[in-house]
Amino acid sequence: MAMDAAHIESLIKEALPDAEVHIEDLRGDGDHYAARVISKEFIGKSRVQQHQMVYNALQGRMGGELHALGLQTSAPDA
Amino acid sequence: MSDNPVFAKIQSEIDENPVLLFMKGNPMFPQCGFSAAVVGALTQMQVKFKGIDVLQDGEIREGIKAFSNWPTIPQLYVKGEFIGGSDIVREMYETGELQKMFDDKGIEYKAV
Repeated sequence: MAMDAAHIESLIKEALPDAEVHIEDLRGDGDHYAARVISKEFIGKSRVQQHQMVYNALQGRMGGELHALGLQTSAPDA
Repeated sequence: MSDNPVFAKIQSEIDENPVLLFMKGNPMFPQCGFSAAVVGALTQMQVKFKGIDVLQDGEIREGIKAFSNWPTIPQLYVKGEFIGGSDIVREMYETGELQKMFDDKGIEYKAV
């Protein structure tokens, strides 16, 4: 089971069209990535809510097809 | 709350334990790097917590993900509130927000 970075990015952008997405492949196995996501949608949301929005964008792949995604989320600097 | 029978089991654990970590393995022998990272932060701060090994109970392992709408393990709960997984706890630890949250919730710890 694995995913490629471009697929992860497109799923996130589908759900968060304005998002700036930076993905780093941590081990080259398609299973362990780190992602930084910046979006206006995160304004006023807690970190947990922000991460849940990204997980929802991945439509259930998180924890299954995708074992690890180190997430850093933030709203754009005002 | 949904009628998932395991939710009641989960809720009672959350109610009975001020600091509760759903993890892979146990605090002495974490079985996954992400779980070990959270155990490390809590241990360094000398916070008393209970670890629940989801590898011992498949029902809880899946139930907790639905319960908190969070797809991965570990999951940290403090005074009934879901705080986050490994990334969020690490980020909060580094920014000092974890210490502030423990202060706000009256949880004892050793300032590091």
